[in-house]
Amino acid sequence: MTEEIIIAGFGGQGVLSMGQILCYSGVMQNKEVSWMPSYGPEMRGGTANCTAIISDDMISSPVLNEFDTAIVLNQPSMDKFEDSVKPGGLLIYERNGMTRKPKRTDINICAIEAYDTSVKMNNTKIFNMIVVGGFLKIKPILELDNVLKGLKKVLPERYHKLIPLNEEAIKKGMEIIEVEHKL
Amino acid sequence: MKELRLMKGNEALAEAAIRAGTDAYFGYPITPQSEIIEYLMHENPVDRTGMVVLQAESEIAAINMVYGAAACGKKAMTSSSSPGISLKQEGLSYIAGAELPCLVANIVRGGPGLGTIQPSQSDYFQAVKGGGHGDYKLIVLAPATVQETVDFVKLGYELAFKYRNPVMILSDGIIGQMMEKVELFEQMPRENKDYDWATTGKKPGKDSVIVTSLQLKSEDQEKVNLRLQEKYREIEKNEVMYETYDCEDAEYLFAAFGSCARITRKAMEMARKKGIKVGLVRPISLYPFPTDAIYELGSKVKGILSVEMNAGQMVEDVKLAVNGKTKVEHFGRFGGVIPSPEEILNALETKIIGG
Repeated sequence: MTEEIIIAGFGGQGVLSMGQILCYSGVMQNKEVSWMPSYGPEMRGGTANCTAIISDDMISSPVLNEFDTAIVLNQPSMDKFEDSVKPGGLLIYERNGMTRKPKRTDINICAIEAYDTSVKMNNTKIFNMIVVGGFLKIKPILELDNVLKGLKKVLPERYHKLIPLNEEAIKKGMEIIEVEHKL
Repeated sequence: MKELRLMKGNEALAEAAIRAGTDAYFGYPITPQSEIIEYLMHENPVDRTGMVVLQAESEIAAINMVYGAAACGKKAMTSSSSPGISLKQEGLSYIAGAELPCLVANIVRGGPGLGTIQPSQSDYFQAVKGGGHGDYKLIVLAPATVQETVDFVKLGYELAFKYRNPVMILSDGIIGQMMEKVELFEQMPRENKDYDWATTGKKPGKDSVIVTSLQLKSEDQEKVNLRLQEKYREIEKNEVMYETYDCEDAEYLFAAFGSCARITRKAMEMARKKGIKVGLVRPISLYPFPTDAIYELGSKVKGILSVEMNAGQMVEDVKLAVNGKTKVEHFGRFGGVIPSPEEILNALETKIIGG
């Protein structure tokens, strides 16, 4: 198993930490992982993205042009990465703030309303964990137990009391993700 | 139990510096390596081992602080990225001339000039051919993983003290910024050894120790140079490191170092799927360069493609190594652009196989 993922959105949406959580969860499940952020001036107020690779085998290139899964959380990210999904791959997009639907017909497409759900749950900070849940529902490459262990590693100890809330967010994301186009 | 962590290359390098028993780190922030000094400041290693971490007023000050600490026999290091490393060249030349050990990390970004903050390998020449003035060499280690970054801190100090020579870890923005699984070695004590070459105060009955890179008589300076050259031949004999992948049946060969070797490995996997028999040689020590190994490997293949994130630097050493035995071409993206595995494979097909 090798899963090559690009996660992209606005700075502040938790894009980079989503990748870290997935990778740390992978470490907990004895996988090889690599996480590579975009870094540079475009991060200030613009888009942020990271490449996360989780694999049973040694990972060669940490930088990729094509991905098994693209998780896009705003329109500029969809514009940039929709074409980078491998044929037969997966595109997950957040509905809030999108001005158009994905165009590809040769990939699986899922939509999630993570932002609205996080508002209903009275905590917009768990937005990214809802998306993580949605992704893991479609691609169950990691066990929930290991994700919670990964969270413990990523979150500073003073936030460990929030782990149950994050677990709730992941489970919610698993419930609300919608398959729009299935090959 | 093994301590497995998910760490950024820069953070892992900083943690390894503490654990290797570094006495002093002097640095000055610059992207993409600012996490090194940031991590060290946050960890406050003076509480853990007594290690000094100091942000100098400039890169030039930092390397000269390293010079001072090294002259006292201390394990001293600094780190920077390309423009900052250029500023350190005078100091490095002095340290090499005075035959002192130290560790320098260059997390390379695109140049020339202030360049860009994105990853590059365009400081290869500067690192392996000297960089500053005079006939000197740095021992240059090029990590391709976060794990190697950690391991080379420890190895770097061992080599630096074995040969009393500056060692450079030549990494780049990819390895510095990416996170990977890493196994950290146990905390080593700071050594506080009393070396006979170190300026730690004149002892009764012993001669003064003078650390200098200045000789007023040309004959004396030639002696220094001859001693350095003898040392470099010894390094070339003992410290060559490289790795090969799938070279046994290879008809063609990729040569690449550091992060670029990993992207090239992906290209190699793609080529193998297409039935192209291609291998990869990855020089780990860039100085001393694996000249003999590349000659051996190059003699068995139809052509070598040197893949680098620069306009063609290591390719010159590959050409010198094969000495005309086989065709050598270069493929590179530069100025901070990272080549894709697809374009590397395409370059192999057009420049080597079809060329």
